[in-house]
Amino acid sequence: INSAMLMSSSNRGFSTQSQGHNVLPDDIDRTSDSFIRNSKEMESVMSQLYSRIHQVTEGGGAEAIKRHKSRNKMLPRERIDRLLDSSSSFLELSQLAGHELYEEPLPSGGIITGIGPIHGKLCMFIANDATVKGGTYYPITVKKHLRAQEIAAKCRLPCIYLVDSGGAFLPKQAEVFPDKENFGRVFYNQALMSSEGIPQIALVLGSCTAGGAYIPAMADESVMVKGNGTIFLAGPPLVKAATGEEVSSEDLGGADVHCKVSGVSDYFAQDELHALSIGRNIVKNLHMAGNEGQIGNLQGVNSEYKEPLYDVKELQLIAPTDLKRSFDIRSIIARVVDGSEFDEFKQLYGTTLVTGFARILGQPVGIIGNNGVLFNESALKGAHFVELCSQRNIPLVFLQNITGFMVGSKSEANGIAKAGAKMVMAVSCAKVPKITIVVGGSFGAGNYAMCGRAYSPNFMFFWPNAKIGVMGGAQAAGVMSEIEKSKKKKEGIQWTKEEEEKSKAKFVEAYEKESSAYYSTARLWDDGIIDPADTRKIIGLCISASNNRILEITRFGVFRM
Amino acid sequence: TDLSNNEKSNRKIEKLLIANRGEIACRIMRTAKKLGIQTVAVYSDADRHSLHVKSADEAVRIGPPPARSSYLNASSIIEAAVRTGAQAIHPGYGFLSENADFAQLCENNGFTFVGPPASAIREMGDKSASKRIMGAAGVPLVPGYHGHEQDIDVMKSEADKIGYPILIKPTHGGGGKGMRIVENPKEFVDAFLGAQREAAASFGVNTILLEKYITRPRHIEVQVFGDKQGNVVYLYERDCSVQRRHQKIIEEAPAPDIVSDFRSRLGQAAVSAAKAVGYHNAGTVEFIVDTLTGEFYFMEMNTRLQVEHPVTEMIVGQDLVEWQIRVANGESLPLGQQQIPISGHAFEARIYAENVPRGFLPATGVLEYYRPIPVSPTIRVETGVEEGDTVSMHYDPMIAKLVVWGENRSSALVKLKDSLSKFQVAGLPTNIEFLYKLANHKAFENGELETHFIDHFKDDLFVTPNDSVSAEKTYDAAKHSAALLAACICEKEYTLLKKNPPGGLSVWYTHTPFRPNYNATRTIELEWENEYRDNNSEHLTLSIIYLPNGNYLIKTGENSLPTLEVTVTHLGDHDFRVEADGISKNVNLASYFKDESEHIHIWHGLEHHYFKQKVGIDLLDNHETHHHRNHESSSHPPGTVVAPMAGLVVKVLVKNGMKVEEGQPMLVMEAMKMEHVLKAPTSGLVSGLQVTPGQQVSDNSVLFNVKAA
Repeated sequence: INSAMLMSSSNRGFSTQSQGHNVLPDDIDRTSDSFIRNSKEMESVMSQLYSRIHQVTEGGGAEAIKRHKSRNKMLPRERIDRLLDSSSSFLELSQLAGHELYEEPLPSGGIITGIGPIHGKLCMFIANDATVKGGTYYPITVKKHLRAQEIAAKCRLPCIYLVDSGGAFLPKQAEVFPDKENFGRVFYNQALMSSEGIPQIALVLGSCTAGGAYIPAMADESVMVKGNGTIFLAGPPLVKAATGEEVSSEDLGGADVHCKVSGVSDYFAQDELHALSIGRNIVKNLHMAGNEGQIGNLQGVNSEYKEPLYDVKELQLIAPTDLKRSFDIRSIIARVVDGSEFDEFKQLYGTTLVTGFARILGQPVGIIGNNGVLFNESALKGAHFVELCSQRNIPLVFLQNITGFMVGSKSEANGIAKAGAKMVMAVSCAKVPKITIVVGGSFGAGNYAMCGRAYSPNFMFFWPNAKIGVMGGAQAAGVMSEIEKSKKKKEGIQWTKEEEEKSKAKFVEAYEKESSAYYSTARLWDDGIIDPADTRKIIGLCISASNNRILEITRFGVFRM
Repeated sequence: TDLSNNEKSNRKIEKLLIANRGEIACRIMRTAKKLGIQTVAVYSDADRHSLHVKSADEAVRIGPPPARSSYLNASSIIEAAVRTGAQAIHPGYGFLSENADFAQLCENNGFTFVGPPASAIREMGDKSASKRIMGAAGVPLVPGYHGHEQDIDVMKSEADKIGYPILIKPTHGGGGKGMRIVENPKEFVDAFLGAQREAAASFGVNTILLEKYITRPRHIEVQVFGDKQGNVVYLYERDCSVQRRHQKIIEEAPAPDIVSDFRSRLGQAAVSAAKAVGYHNAGTVEFIVDTLTGEFYFMEMNTRLQVEHPVTEMIVGQDLVEWQIRVANGESLPLGQQQIPISGHAFEARIYAENVPRGFLPATGVLEYYRPIPVSPTIRVETGVEEGDTVSMHYDPMIAKLVVWGENRSSALVKLKDSLSKFQVAGLPTNIEFLYKLANHKAFENGELETHFIDHFKDDLFVTPNDSVSAEKTYDAAKHSAALLAACICEKEYTLLKKNPPGGLSVWYTHTPFRPNYNATRTIELEWENEYRDNNSEHLTLSIIYLPNGNYLIKTGENSLPTLEVTVTHLGDHDFRVEADGISKNVNLASYFKDESEHIHIWHGLEHHYFKQKVGIDLLDNHETHHHRNHESSSHPPGTVVAPMAGLVVKVLVKNGMKVEEGQPMLVMEAMKMEHVLKAPTSGLVSGLQVTPGQQVSDNSVLFNVKAA
């Protein structure tokens, strides 16, 4: 016995090089019917995503683009490309904002936002698309603008506003203007970010009317393009109506006036390219702005890293179209983390929640993924793991595929609500970057515990197959028809089986629509729909973008014991 | 002192001063080193950091940039030799190499002059005197006037006697400087005066001789060598017929289509010529061969080592500089006439910084990128410059001599063409492509050489503007090059970013640049000059799509031509392996910044293209004036004449407000010791003339304007 033990321990060969034991296996059964069916369905899901993305990258359409370009103006994504360091990446956000939201199409919500580097400094870009409704602000446009500012504030990213907008969309002024999270908040955010040392830079490339005029005026530094850039509180027609003065827009608020006389703008640009180059130079000279107290953002980051062992493209096939189909979340983790290496924590306990440590693009992460309904144990394990990551300052990645917490008398008696509350408490209070990816379902309180939108993850993305809702359509229809049936019974009305089924079907249909990823992303319940194959890349960029932060010590609230 | 002189004559040269610069100085030092002789370089302020200075064991400054104050300053050079303790002075070619007084001065100061005796230089240096001596020695001469009487009327009547066309030539100097061909009596006076002026400027002597001008001549010269014991041998001939502006650009040895009987007659004549002046050391006897009659005439003897000596070295397998030093040491010739081998064929192509379309005008500028081909036992590159050097207006604009050897003429020619196509220079215009065209010409391949070769085949050799077929073809080739170039730029950028990611943000600079749900694209805008069009600047817009597999999908221009998928491997700094359209090949890129643009050159296969990219965006300043300035320099009002190159204004022939006829000489400029007459572009009134004689003007500066009356 002794010799056998000796042998086995020597065979385990502990070495400083941890190689192999933490590598996730490739355990997809590619020949199973359900995998093949799912892959087929995912193909059409992907092609729908690509075609919708293609549509929005065309902005306001060929005619509007032609008109725009005839004024020596570039499209917003072209402008951003020219500002970015060449050959650098750009993490565009909420590309499908405004999708089927209004009667008229509003591609990308009429505004392009995203993160990328200028002279090696990450910036938040907020660019109006003047080819879409003249760049005016619809409610969703405002929301997208504010969301970009929120991310910028949280990640301490300098903001570059590429202004080319007619101001608020007047027919919807009631939803654009008065409320707290409306247009006025844009300037409030500018003021507060500026006060925190987060640079605010405006490039006025087109009109900048009325409220919009405050974007450059509130900026730390602003640039105007000769001829195209105008800033005024009221345009020539309004001026004429108000005072009778007849004046051209260039004389009223052109680059000449604002750079030489009013001082509203600081740099005079000959043309757009020139303005963009000045913009780059401004960033070059930011030096430490926004970096005060920043934790070393390269701390613990490996510049050399391994790619996953398995093809990330397969994530497009793994992504579940049928949320009832169970699959191991580790098959996703294996295609997201460096070298498919995953050091799992508490592997044998609360197995419906998978937790563990890994690296993504060389950056340490703690991953929390769902492998079924959350039980007491899973929730406690989740809370424990969040505490670990908070103490160690490790960013958290949530891979959501959750129908909710376990229900039923046994569960309630076990205090599932208490256990769930612990996890919600931990997730809410953890002061580390949090990135949420909804890979399947996002239902009920599971959404809360897994850091849904309400828990302010730094970034949150949906896979195109993902669904979100307080509960599933069928369940909701079931609940509703039970209530309706008892109500009808009280009133003494007979509800036929057909009537009940019809009502249920209607309910399910509405639920289906409202729980789709597109419905979510159109309303900015997330930061975009992503190609599953890009998950690793995007998480990597998000973590990198979140690293420019001041180290905060987490203080949890009262855990109900 | 007799004793010490004797002692000295027994001493071998141990330290040699080279009274020259550039490639020839480097060439001489190479042999000196081989022989264990220490070297001393001399340099002007312009050459302080040049290769010949770095290559020497010691170097001494001899004066400011102008040659007359430095490389022609005999006393400074002698002083340098004294200070460094050199025993001998090698003059190279040009400068003081054929200055008898300098040779004498060296000897008088106790230095061995590595060259012929001063007396031979003097006798051969005077073209008229030399012809008399040659005539007496029985060497055939071209009919002409070599008299002392230099009166213009006498000269003109002599010219009439010989018959036109007539060649006017300074009696001193060489290299075609001051030479004029006069087709008819009307042009005689102007040409004569110009030749006198140039001769005076270049050689300090303005005597002129006249000769019958042979219409279809070949220029064949014989390399001779003599020792101090009185032995003279010939090392066969070189054909230097291919010339532009009377200067050789491709030389070869032996001369093609020459029977051995003719070769030995030529050789014997050359030996007789050398013996007639008591010659020793290296010399070249130039003959003019009338291709129509097969007659040959003595032209002149160059009493120095020639620029093109390497082609002879290649076919006889000897180091002529070593011979020079041994002879100067008093040794007898290493080989007798019968022992001198002749094997294979060699070419030399002279690579110049010059503006071929502007009539081979010398070009100046910085050698931003310089990659001569690798040398081998059969390929030599004689160069005196390095990347980053400036080709200044003070000296000859030659960049390098490319010398190749092959078993026979055609195999040497294959090697010459290959070497030319791989010889890469960027930063200033060169004649490399012209040399390639020349070498690639059917008539050249057939050895149909004569001194008017270039003029004769000018339609094939020069670009004719407004040739729409060629223009289209060139445009397509340029677009293809631009596509490859764009892919290489992107790839190179990535490798640089990977090595040193800005801000340490390596995840943001991955290959390929990331965009969610679509491919990153990039636009590169290039300016390209189509030499086949009059208004030749074309704009190329390339859009590059970064494909997820790391390749580049490139669209050229608006008319959505077929896109090209390009795979690039960055091999190192300038070197790429590129695959496109199923062909993979080596691509080289060079770029530098000048005049607010990035200048980018690309070489692949036989193609070489050159583009400009507006740097615009990071370098533009935000003054409105900036744009005005640009505007003005790009377009001058009609009738404006600008300096075709940097140089010195020698003469101003008109005044502001004067009425001039179209083609009337207005102003004479001198650059690289060549005169250029600037003529009125139209008839009209002169205005804006501000330059004065003696003034230095820069390339493209406005000289005057002629307003059509």
